[in-house]
Amino acid sequence: MSFRLGLLVALGGAIGTLARFGLAESLPTPDGVPWATLTANLLGSFLLGVLLEALARAGEENRVRRAVRLGLGTGLLGGFTTFSSLALETERLLVDGEVGIASMYMLVSLVLGLLAALAGIAVASRPAGKGDGRPRGRGDGRPGGPHGLGGQYGPHDGGSPGESSRGEDR
Amino acid sequence: MTVLLIAVGGGLGAALRFWTDGAIRSRWQPALPVATMMINTAGSLVIGVLAGLLPAGVLGPGPVAVLSVGLCGGFTTFSTAMVESARLWRAGDRRRCVLNLVLTMVATLVAAAVGMAVTTLIAA
Repeated sequence: MSFRLGLLVALGGAIGTLARFGLAESLPTPDGVPWATLTANLLGSFLLGVLLEALARAGEENRVRRAVRLGLGTGLLGGFTTFSSLALETERLLVDGEVGIASMYMLVSLVLGLLAALAGIAVASRPAGKGDGRPRGRGDGRPGGPHGLGGQYGPHDGGSPGESSRGEDR
Repeated sequence: MTVLLIAVGGGLGAALRFWTDGAIRSRWQPALPVATMMINTAGSLVIGVLAGLLPAGVLGPGPVAVLSVGLCGGFTTFSTAMVESARLWRAGDRRRCVLNLVLTMVATLVAAAVGMAVTTLIAA
């Protein structure tokens, strides 16, 4: 069982690593700043925050949720982001005398990385109605529609049929 | 070919992280997320060693890319370290959040520098 889950993590990790490698190949670093690592790390931190918070809010962990968490979280996003490159790149910049760039690179990575994770968690914590703070459901006595966004502000909740005159459904 | 091996290395690294993380967590659960910190530090040490082996001519650029971008990159993780720190922050434990970030930063930097320096000394 643990071996199978390990394979799932490996598959995700291979794809994440490929994506990180592709990003590094396509983003040149003319100014000495490792933009590719920074981009992958910040994007990955945001997405992992979204994923783990959304899974936690979906309920108890079951087989499917665990597979998603391990494949996409531990594997894909874990492999997409990297700490070893960040450490080595910073160390190289320090040795090359680029103390300013090195300090900025590490500090910006950590501060924005933390903020990205917090933002991801916050995004996944918002209610489904585009985060406008309204509680889910309209209290109109109908059972909650199964399709979150569309069900709440669609044309079938009391407006003129076929056309939404209030322009709030996108 | 190198690209394929980098992907394989990344997959292996991620699986290795999964098992290492589980092994550490099953034995030790202190107030700081040390499993991720230890994994990131170990990976930084290895990538430092690899960076030292390249100029010494012990390993070519291909194998070094497979092992550093692939294996070490897949083994270490930035996103998990950030989400774990964010959870400490959200739990109101800001001191531990900052401590986790600072300790991880210092440990990984020192590990990479030591790995590189020792390898350069021995291999050169």
